[in-house]
Amino acid sequence: MGHFKESDLRLPLILGDKTAHDITEDVCRPIEGKANKWWWIAFSIACAALLWWIITVSYTVGTGLGVWGENKTVGWAWDITNFVWWVGIGHAGTLISAILLLFRQKWRLSINRSAEAMTIFAVICAASFIVSHMGRPWVAYWSFPLANQFGSMWVNFNSPLIWDVFAISTYFTVSLVFWYTGLIPDFAVVRDRAKTKARKFWYTILSFGWVGTAKNWQRFEEVALVLAGISTPLVLSVHSVVSMDFATSIVPGWHTTIFPPYFVAGAIFSGFAMVQTLVIITRKVLSLENYITIYHIDMMNRIILITGSIVGVAYLTEFFIAWYSGVEYEQYAFLNRATGPYWWAYWSMMTCNVITPQLFWFSRLRTSVAATFIISIFVNIGMWFERFVIIVTSLHRDYLPSSWVMYSPTWVEIGIFIGSLGLFFVPFLLFTRFFPVIAMSELKTVIKSSGSQAKKQSS
Amino acid sequence: MEQTALPDKRYEFTAKSKTLSYVLIAIGIVSIGISFATHSHQAWSNLLWNNFYFMVIALAAVFFLAIQYASEAGWSIAIRRVPEAMAMYMPWGAALMAIILIGNYIAGSGDGHYIYHWWHHDVYDPESPEYDPIIAGKSGFLNMPFFIVRVLFYFTVWVGFALYFRKMSLKQDLEGGSSHHLKLRTRSYQFLVLFAITSSLMAWDFIMSIDTHWYSTLYGWYTFAGLFVSGISVMAIILVVMKRRGLMGHVNQHHLHNVGLFMFAFSVFWTYLWFSQFMLIWYSNLPEEVAYFVVRQEQYQGLWIANFFINFCIPIFFLMTRDAKRKPMILLVMGVILFIGHWIDVFQMVTPGAVGAGGHIGLIEIGTMLGFLGLFRYVVLSHFAKAPVVAKNDPFMKESMQHSF
Repeated sequence: MGHFKESDLRLPLILGDKTAHDITEDVCRPIEGKANKWWWIAFSIACAALLWWIITVSYTVGTGLGVWGENKTVGWAWDITNFVWWVGIGHAGTLISAILLLFRQKWRLSINRSAEAMTIFAVICAASFIVSHMGRPWVAYWSFPLANQFGSMWVNFNSPLIWDVFAISTYFTVSLVFWYTGLIPDFAVVRDRAKTKARKFWYTILSFGWVGTAKNWQRFEEVALVLAGISTPLVLSVHSVVSMDFATSIVPGWHTTIFPPYFVAGAIFSGFAMVQTLVIITRKVLSLENYITIYHIDMMNRIILITGSIVGVAYLTEFFIAWYSGVEYEQYAFLNRATGPYWWAYWSMMTCNVITPQLFWFSRLRTSVAATFIISIFVNIGMWFERFVIIVTSLHRDYLPSSWVMYSPTWVEIGIFIGSLGLFFVPFLLFTRFFPVIAMSELKTVIKSSGSQAKKQSS
Repeated sequence: MEQTALPDKRYEFTAKSKTLSYVLIAIGIVSIGISFATHSHQAWSNLLWNNFYFMVIALAAVFFLAIQYASEAGWSIAIRRVPEAMAMYMPWGAALMAIILIGNYIAGSGDGHYIYHWWHHDVYDPESPEYDPIIAGKSGFLNMPFFIVRVLFYFTVWVGFALYFRKMSLKQDLEGGSSHHLKLRTRSYQFLVLFAITSSLMAWDFIMSIDTHWYSTLYGWYTFAGLFVSGISVMAIILVVMKRRGLMGHVNQHHLHNVGLFMFAFSVFWTYLWFSQFMLIWYSNLPEEVAYFVVRQEQYQGLWIANFFINFCIPIFFLMTRDAKRKPMILLVMGVILFIGHWIDVFQMVTPGAVGAGGHIGLIEIGTMLGFLGLFRYVVLSHFAKAPVVAKNDPFMKESMQHSF
């Protein structure tokens, strides 16, 4: 019988008859070679956006929040929309590394590294919106329960906003440690192959003295398992707490019990869309088509289809229960979303989030790189609109009609949002140049069961 | 295709074992008889509660089968006959549900005690002193013709797919090849879409509408989480019992680990939804919402705490470790505990709304449950005995037999 043999129905996870050495060569090539023209173009645009982010945030901090379009009725708008959007995007990385590990989905191995990197940079972007909304960001540390000598007031533990501080900071810490732990053996590979002194020096520091003994690997695997255990509840808890920022209130359209799981499903949905957007470009630019195959793209599209459908069921449930409840404020909130002055935002959300992912029922679209890329962009847009719809349309017309107003963003808010894309892409592009973008040590473990060579020999 | 030689073992449903089911059914009939003879105000809600519980356990088995086929899980082939047999209770659960609903409707027209308050015609009539504007506002959904259409729709879908999954699996045993798998996979996609809709709708129809004024958007998913835990728990019980009989030698500790993982993970998931629903309503403290929990916390305090304790605290401690999930005895005991825990949960969902304060779990209620358990046991075991205990010729069979991690 020999080693474990997969069913013939399983498709190979690594194409091109790669050996372990080929994997090392292919993954290390971008680190050891020179960046091409496209990378420099993308990096220049990202740097320009980052610069624009610095300018608009500095202007906001220097002048005050009055430079934004928010008003007395609509106190949260683009800032919190962007915050939730970025936090949500991060969830795919955690789902891939924690939940798909529990479900023993081997296809995660080709995409987990870049998805986790995305998580970390997305959480940084999300946090930047909270800080920029603080008005006095230099006392941001007041959001932690510090002793009064630091000049802070004791935080209010009854507030979901403080739960968020803990949820996001825990999330960031665990994701970072998990990601970095996985990188250590791969950094060691780069170190051992290094031909220049500088590279040898830097990757020696980064790889923490990894030598690849059995003991090293045993500890590595144990730590990975513990971190996966800690990460699993984080997949659910982080966005649940974010949803409670809204759902604990009594604002119509915000106060609804389905929010925590529905936010989590939406987060995974948007996260996978962003993974698709990034991975489709990365595999092309770095020639990783043999590792991130059409099968991987298909699997992620299935997750997008499932989570998109869950989100769709949640939208309809909310709408139905608002009617069923008989509470006229709830009923109006939903009617106003669909037919009020922000109807275009609502229907953009519905089209992008509910209708477009249903196209993935067709396997031709699921396995088409171009279609996947386009639909993933639609989902990214749709999930941004979802948060805008929830936040702005619920606030702009609530209980008191005399306070009903409209909201529109100023150039500063738009600038910060566009700039945050730079804040995301600058580190992500650097990551693709200096870090092994595929977890090569882990991926090598499936060559014998799921590589195309092994598949051919067995059949 | 790979053919794997497996012992063609069969379970024998002995006369002695059948007698046990008959005794349980007799206890159930006596208990139900007593509760009607003594005009217990819980008589009808006991029937709804217990029948709903066993019906959704069968539904959970259908759902489990569908996710295995749809996700092309390899490991579960070895244990597939267990959920298949459980799913065969689906027609019984559906038929009994129809009988109970019709029975309550007829009895209620006489004495005015419906389980569902919205069944009263008066509440929709503005001229009547019983007129209830809130319920009248829901009449577009809560009206008898539409209710009947919906219920028939659920039953058709659930029973249809349960029978189909069983039929195709037995056919695959005989014929082999991967064509059955591909058909089953397509049907599973269809079932999962329909399940996503029916599982929420049926929770509103059968349970949430008992507390007619109350509403919660999470209710459908909360019901789903509970039914899945109870289904997996019953599956674990049957699996371990059959393994101890020596019928499931091919089921190794890794398979058990997976079942334990499902029990653990979905217990935590259930708790997550329980907490989300409770906390958000408690925090906002709106009278129309919080009324639901006030009656449960004040009038049913012991059971209310027991529900959370049994279904969360016990599994999180006793099923957390890797070794616990691999020990058959622990799985068996946890299966029984969670089975009882979620039985209490469904009681919480049904009874306070149906009878107000003063509902309880006593000997009559336990007897009623045993009656349904006897029937469930009879139906499931007789179907389990009808086919070999291991499904043969599945394209993923070899993976399942070698399953380890």
